[in-house]
Amino acid sequence: MNDSAAAGPAGQQPPKRQDDEHPGAGRTSAEPAEPQVTPVLSARGLVKRYGHVTAIDGADFDLLPGEVLAVIGDNGAGKTSLIKALTGALVPDEGEIRLHGEPIRFAGPLDARQHGIETVYQDLAVAPSMDIAANMFLGREIRRAGPLGTVFRMLDKKAMRRESAEYMSELGIRLGSIGQTVETLSGGQRQAVAVARAVAWARSVVVMDEPTAALGVKESAQVLDLIRRVRDKGVPVILISHNMPHVFEIADRIHVHRLGRRAALIDPRDYTMPEVVAIMTGALSVTADGGTVVADDDAAAAAGVRRS
Amino acid sequence: MTASTTPLIRAKEPAIARRLFSAPAAGPFAALVLASVFFSLSTDQFLSGGNFSLILQQVMVVGTLAIGQTLIILTAGIDLSCGAVMAFGSILLAKLAVDSGLPPLVAIAIGILVCGGFGLVNGLLVRLVPLPPFIVTLGMLNIAFALTHIYSDEQTVTGLPGPLTALGRTFPLGRTDVTYGSLVTVALFLVFAYALNGTGWGRHVYALGNSAESARLSGIRVTRLTVGVYAVAGLVYGVAALLLVSRTGVGDPQAGQTENLDSITAVVLGGTSLFGGRGTVLGTFVGVLIVGVFRNGLQLMGVSSVYQTLVTGVLVILAVTVDQLSRKRTR
Repeated sequence: MNDSAAAGPAGQQPPKRQDDEHPGAGRTSAEPAEPQVTPVLSARGLVKRYGHVTAIDGADFDLLPGEVLAVIGDNGAGKTSLIKALTGALVPDEGEIRLHGEPIRFAGPLDARQHGIETVYQDLAVAPSMDIAANMFLGREIRRAGPLGTVFRMLDKKAMRRESAEYMSELGIRLGSIGQTVETLSGGQRQAVAVARAVAWARSVVVMDEPTAALGVKESAQVLDLIRRVRDKGVPVILISHNMPHVFEIADRIHVHRLGRRAALIDPRDYTMPEVVAIMTGALSVTADGGTVVADDDAAAAAGVRRS
Repeated sequence: MTASTTPLIRAKEPAIARRLFSAPAAGPFAALVLASVFFSLSTDQFLSGGNFSLILQQVMVVGTLAIGQTLIILTAGIDLSCGAVMAFGSILLAKLAVDSGLPPLVAIAIGILVCGGFGLVNGLLVRLVPLPPFIVTLGMLNIAFALTHIYSDEQTVTGLPGPLTALGRTFPLGRTDVTYGSLVTVALFLVFAYALNGTGWGRHVYALGNSAESARLSGIRVTRLTVGVYAVAGLVYGVAALLLVSRTGVGDPQAGQTENLDSITAVVLGGTSLFGGRGTVLGTFVGVLIVGVFRNGLQLMGVSSVYQTLVTGVLVILAVTVDQLSRKRTR
């Protein structure tokens, strides 16, 4: 029933996937009971209104340790607002965000970063005329020890180059030289630099916004591979993507966002791509035991799914 | 699709030779050397310490302005008002010392700080409204020009006290007399070369020029940085104002009119991209020297000043063409 998810990485699942404990025939339920493992990042009942528009309408969110969580949703479903709230870029009107189980309020994106949440933006993340090491440490430069650093503010370029190279090789990123400018790299390599930078600094979470959107097939595969390695390092990843094959290839769980809230939280191995698209568009809805009911007959027929 | 896991990263810098070739100022530097060789061969007077000292004196004012201009252009901005701001600063510090009777050093300090104030206002308008730097500084060019003429009442300020012209004095270096002002200019170039290349502030300036948005997302306080760059540039123009009066010995309300654009010429000739984020302040020094060497050399060859301007124009277009083509290649 689920060919696409079979491509998922065997033996690389996060330790806390607990399918067997769920009653619903191996299905993750839509409204899961409180997970036994403390989520790295979670939210309950988030609301954000802009005048009459409600961008986030009581959204819940859970990211477990060591997983790749894909966040998908139609355009305008409010997933960007949700991600912004989780990364400090906007302050929700209501609701609670918890980091490692502790309630937290982010004053801004910098605040979130200081709490170990790093975001990889689509293509804005790197400065093309600067070299890889300079990009890795942009905004967090290391200064020389002693008066050279404190009085003359001198950068410790050697240390930054060395540490950059270490991070890169840790992630298995192959590049010619750490001193080459980012503009000499291919799109995939640039994305790799951006990802490496985020991973280097992320203590808690890496958020990736459409990391493969601008890339070709081969480069996308490299970035997906990289995401896997990040996950294997133990840093959970939130992946925002429109690309269903990529989502099914990489995600351990899928958060389906619809009309400003979480419509379902599912295991990609239990659903087909058309079903997930149907959930995303509202043709199907997920019941408490993980089954699906047709919410909109016409839409479901159009999506080519029918099950209950 | 599995990428090989053998990392091929070299943590060391690229070879010196390759770095020199890829340095943005490599082309301009070659042009400077070629021009110097050419003028050395075609005139007797060019190759002498005295002549080099003269070239330095001739370029120190526009060179100092070009330092501030480089900072602003690196942030993807532009400053059309630098010469006019300098002119106002020079009239201000001259009149404060001569007419208002302030102690000369206080007059100098006020003149430099007021120039910094002009830069600050430019930066605030660019960042907070926000407005395009071209428009802001075009407006400021007119404002500073008008203020200079209003404040000076079109009168040249003469009889400057010693401290105001001290930088115009010379000291012997070997058998060559060098002005203190030239030293100040060279020192400023070195200071800003270090600041841009050796400090986090410098890297943030480059990052800002690459993309303000990505700089912001990298945690750089973009507003503070931008306003700071314009303000620092203003202070540098203030130093240029002092150099100007020390060189001419008077406060001249007509000064600074060609320097607005000449400073941009020098920056561009030095290999700095008008699109921001690429270039060096030492490249600008080379660019300033190119202009100075061509002017001086052509003069020694007896070519009239109109042709010197013509050559400068051709050089600028050449420099921008090279910049564009090299950018296309790296894309």
